[in-house]
Amino acid sequence: MVLSPADKSNVKAVFGKIGGQAEEYGADALERMFATYPQTKTYFPHFDLGKGSAQVKGHGKKVAAALVEAVNNIDDLAGALSKLSDLHAQKLRVDPVNFKLLGQCFLVVVATRNPSLLTAEVHASLDKFLCAVGTVLTAKYR
Amino acid sequence: MVHWSAEEKQLITSVWGKVSVEQCGAEALARLLIVYPWTQRFFSDFGNLSSPTAIIGNPRVRAHGKKVLTSFGEAIKNLDNLKSTYSKLSELHCDKLHVDPENFRLLGDILVIVLAAHFGKDFTPACQATWQKLVGVVAHALARKYH
Repeated sequence: MVLSPADKSNVKAVFGKIGGQAEEYGADALERMFATYPQTKTYFPHFDLGKGSAQVKGHGKKVAAALVEAVNNIDDLAGALSKLSDLHAQKLRVDPVNFKLLGQCFLVVVATRNPSLLTAEVHASLDKFLCAVGTVLTAKYR
Repeated sequence: MVHWSAEEKQLITSVWGKVSVEQCGAEALARLLIVYPWTQRFFSDFGNLSSPTAIIGNPRVRAHGKKVLTSFGEAIKNLDNLKSTYSKLSELHCDKLHVDPENFRLLGDILVIVLAAHFGKDFTPACQATWQKLVGVVAHALARKYH
């Protein structure tokens, strides 16, 4: 799956609009993921996952920052996410299926906070981008 | 059998009560065909599906989206009896339509996003969790008679 120039432009537009709120989007996506797919909580036994958790907010900020970094280097996702890819392969080993779940939640967050931004074409591009990120992060698993 | 809490039932019916089945169904099906273009394989006789604009404006897509979501409404009326409610539809999708059940999951995810866009902040995490559960259960019921 390849990101077309239109896809890249759509994704950049979304993140341009989200701007400084990316951290909130990240935290919101995580909160939704834990609520919707409880099995994802198994990766965070060391976290307080209660409502408003500072740890979840902090982690959401990290996830958002990584996505922003990916968008800013959208022509070389593998390069931009290489260290994170190593981390996920060697240390975190989050099962690949979970990246789709977080991706779904991120799309829901964009939909709830910015419905007019998420046209069908943008939806398609953003979904492709999130899939591509997940693919890169699991690329070195075996 | 799937258990639905009182809160879950409330979240389902309150959302459903505010949904235009025609509009929401049309949008969900159109987005499915746009976001996951390989799903167009089931609709080769629907006419012009050559672009997002064509898909969104396609009257057969709109009509079929309404049909699909109307059927979804049946699930909501029969939450405690989904297996038998969808038994015949499951056989149909397997024997006549030859639809990979993965497509039910894809459409379910798209429907959740369409609802999220419609309801905004009111589509709380609890609401999303309930609706993802519902679409998952419907997908499972539709796949149940496959052989």
